[in-house]
Amino acid sequence: MAAVTSPLRACRGILKEIRIAKGSGYRNTLVYKHVLEQFRRNQVTGAQFCRARMDALHAARTYLCLLTSTRLHLRLHERYHAHGGDRALEQVAGLVGLRLPTQPGGKGWET
Amino acid sequence: MMLRNICKYPRQFGQVIWPFSIPQGQHVPCLSTHLQKARYASATTERKKFYENVSISQGEGGLYEIILDQRKMKTPGGKLFTVPNEALAIAVATEWDIQKDSLKFYTMHLTTLCNTALDNPTQRTKKQIISAALKFLETDTICFRVEEPPGLVEVQRNEWDPVMNWIEQRYNVVIGTSTSILGPQIPEETKETFRQHLNSYNFWSLTGLDFMISQLKSLVLSFGLIDKHLSVEQAVLLSRLEEEYQIQQWGNVEWVHDYDMYELRARTAAGAMFVHLSSESAAVKRKILQE
Repeated sequence: MAAVTSPLRACRGILKEIRIAKGSGYRNTLVYKHVLEQFRRNQVTGAQFCRARMDALHAARTYLCLLTSTRLHLRLHERYHAHGGDRALEQVAGLVGLRLPTQPGGKGWET
Repeated sequence: MMLRNICKYPRQFGQVIWPFSIPQGQHVPCLSTHLQKARYASATTERKKFYENVSISQGEGGLYEIILDQRKMKTPGGKLFTVPNEALAIAVATEWDIQKDSLKFYTMHLTTLCNTALDNPTQRTKKQIISAALKFLETDTICFRVEEPPGLVEVQRNEWDPVMNWIEQRYNVVIGTSTSILGPQIPEETKETFRQHLNSYNFWSLTGLDFMISQLKSLVLSFGLIDKHLSVEQAVLLSRLEEEYQIQQWGNVEWVHDYDMYELRARTAAGAMFVHLSSESAAVKRKILQE
């Protein structure tokens, strides 16, 4: 993953996460407006190295990490650790890269 | 950092599946069908989404509340759910807003932290949290060094020493490392310095910090994160250093390694955000006084 060092990347990343999470109505959400307002507010300062700006950037990156990792964690959870009962046997074997054996003559104990 | 290259490497080439290894990861029981009267049932049971709109409102005392479809949210202990500032309220509201048909409480880390701070189910005081944190320093991950394999020894030296130097300089303390099972002997002055520093945090921030320490298994890394010296990804990487080293040697298993990594990142990020936002109002006050 490319390092998210610039405020622009952090902002874009967060907005993208919101869009993924909310779908089409993402521009009306509280968090969208709040994030944009925060980024605009921190842009105003002219100083090269502004402490408040670095703090805000760190906060933005932290929030981006929170959104991304919860989504990816949930995705992995759904893929591998959920649906315990209703997965077919072939699928379960496929998760670890195995295939069920096929015996043309049928298994010995079946009549 | 050398380790950044190490970590990019195995994942670029896709996952390596080891059919003979059994996942030790936690298993959340699947959707239970019975709805319970209590608002959250238990942490692992899932509930269907029972609201459409999430919004926030400012109540008495300047505290913010979360509104789910005209109903004010409550904590599991029955108290009104309130947060001290707007940013945290919006973040919590978002956690509820992005839930799909069923509520996955195990993804709502900020909400959980707020509930812990509000209900305080184990009834801890600030002093007890601080003492627990300082006690953890004696078993801090960063302090425990291996003696072999030499690859791991070097990686630990290259990645953990800078953080150790940073914290020792920043707080003017001595912590030290150890290769024995017992760990380093932390001098009393060090503990006293940290105790005084931690006393300046409010109860909410300390709840968040306590959570972070228990997730990262390191007080040093948690401090690095709060002081914005490390990013969440870096802190998690340093916490899982030995695992990342083994992944580089033996390959990555997505449903264990990535799963654990993302979960740790999510929880740590939530803890860090919680601490920052809970101590935010204090920072604003300080700045106004200085100007």
